[in-house]
Amino acid sequence: MSGMLDRVHDLYDELERNCVLLSFKGGLNPELISVILGLVERKLASMENDQRSRKRVFNVVVECLQNLYHHNRQKTSTDEPADQVREPQGVVMIAHTATGYSVLTGNFMAGSDVEQLRSHLDRINGLTPDDLRDWYRAKLADGQYSSAGGGGLGMIDIARRSGGKLEYGFVPYDQDNAFFSLNVNVNT
Amino acid sequence: MEPLKYEGTPKTPHVHFDPRSGLLELKGRSIPENSIDFYKPLIDWIDKYGREPNSKTAVHVQLEYFNTSSSKCILDVFKRLEPIRSAGNEVTVLWHYEADDEDMLEAGEDYSGIINIPFKMIQIAEVEGE
Repeated sequence: MSGMLDRVHDLYDELERNCVLLSFKGGLNPELISVILGLVERKLASMENDQRSRKRVFNVVVECLQNLYHHNRQKTSTDEPADQVREPQGVVMIAHTATGYSVLTGNFMAGSDVEQLRSHLDRINGLTPDDLRDWYRAKLADGQYSSAGGGGLGMIDIARRSGGKLEYGFVPYDQDNAFFSLNVNVNT
Repeated sequence: MEPLKYEGTPKTPHVHFDPRSGLLELKGRSIPENSIDFYKPLIDWIDKYGREPNSKTAVHVQLEYFNTSSSKCILDVFKRLEPIRSAGNEVTVLWHYEADDEDMLEAGEDYSGIINIPFKMIQIAEVEGE
């Protein structure tokens, strides 16, 4: 038990050292997303004076949380009764950094979708801000909705507001699933 | 035809569409998880309004935040207004943005480049209801 107690201080210390505004792991639903957004907004209001930066960070957090909510694979779905609906699982951490803010998210996804997402992110990272804007505009205008309703605009929007490259990684989890990690640096 | 009125919430905008005055207002935030559900009644309302529109329609958009899933729906709202204009009525979008919110100004310019309706960009001090 004392081991666990020591870890409370370590945890506090680590969160403090990394200037963590918020860290959460678990199931997500719209109500919880609202609560998290409310917390982020309150913290940003007290620590970030530049309104434009505040809005950019908030926008990135909105898109990242909704990505977690919509694009989520139930890694244990095969072990559970079919009628049991589990909330999408994810991890999110928002930290203040030397150059701005870092919005980190992680979730499980189908291994078969990894290459498509990777090439989408690589394409985004290879574009200039002007090209990103043109691509966003073209995708907005095409009238197509994606399965989640966003029309594939989410990551492009995140990259536009970040002002930097999207950092990402995939870790194979089992035969069918992979864990996707994303770090969005919002430069302020 | 009845006006359409929704109170704003932390994730959805205040909506007031008035068929008599031709004033359509969308104010606040639009960041719901499922934007299609939220915007469906708005789009249906405009379709109905389009059958007997006011000779002048002014769409006031004053958003503090909107997510990408709303951005497609907002485009659909504007698209439903195009035929009203091509039928000979006056339709204008008044796109409000906060003075230091260049991203919101750019978003308005993006729509204005896609939609065949005149846009007026209006700089304001702060979005109402913050």
